[in-house]
Amino acid sequence: MKKVFLFILLQLFCVQLFAQNNLPEMATDLRSSGKIYVVVVCVAVILLGIIAFLFSIDRRLSNVEKKQKVG
Amino acid sequence: MYKYWWKIVACVLVFYSSVAGFLMEVPVLPILNETIRNLYFHVPMWFVMVVLFSISVFYSVKYLATNKQDYDTRAVESVNVGLLFSILGLVTGAIWARFTWGQFWSFDAKQTFAAIAILLYFAYITLRNAIDEEQKRAKIAAVYNIFAFPMMVVLLFVLPRMQDSLHPGNGGNPGFNAYDLDSRMRMVFYPACIGWVMIGYWIYTLRYRLNIIKNHN
Repeated sequence: MKKVFLFILLQLFCVQLFAQNNLPEMATDLRSSGKIYVVVVCVAVILLGIIAFLFSIDRRLSNVEKKQKVG
Repeated sequence: MYKYWWKIVACVLVFYSSVAGFLMEVPVLPILNETIRNLYFHVPMWFVMVVLFSISVFYSVKYLATNKQDYDTRAVESVNVGLLFSILGLVTGAIWARFTWGQFWSFDAKQTFAAIAILLYFAYITLRNAIDEEQKRAKIAAVYNIFAFPMMVVLLFVLPRMQDSLHPGNGGNPGFNAYDLDSRMRMVFYPACIGWVMIGYWIYTLRYRLNIIKNHN
């Protein structure tokens, strides 16, 4: 079992190596010309973080309100 | 009690406008270049501020009419959140000016008057904090707020238009007049404004609820 697993793992490394040899420039979406997508992803992460934070504050406030029976 | 659906709508709108704001095509203009995209981020801040200050003056009037403490709380919290967004607007404007006009602060008409408008509302906060007695504080602050609001409108929307300002949308700048907000930009700009206004309103409700709990204890 271990050997089979190792075999597959090494195969996977080979696949990567082949790919690198054939296509030296991997033009993935995140690396296209101006690299603006990188910034977009960063902004998206920041926004999602802040939004999640706001929702958690909101929920906590709601809980406190329920306990104290206000609002 | 507190429904979530409009908050989710707000987040979706802001998220969409932030991603599309970077990726959508924009008009090609000199000086502005890609900074034209600041329209999606810098301008909504001021929209939020104006809406929140409007809410504040609305509750100030209501306070004077009814003398209910609750309205005073609403008025002050919306000013607090409005100030946050106005400072964000001022700072983003200054950063943008650094790379288009050459320096962070050039005492341009629009910049200066915006700063004065913000100071007006800082004065509101200071005035409140200077008065200990609750009823008196609420009443004086409400009256001040009613005077500050039209001043803010004049400072932001009237006076800069009467002078030469470099700000896009004013006079002879190769800015927003040139394309008069073309339809591609509208598709991002309007959702951005609506979304950010809703987010600002949301933060205001959070602060208001917090204040209610604090007074309840």
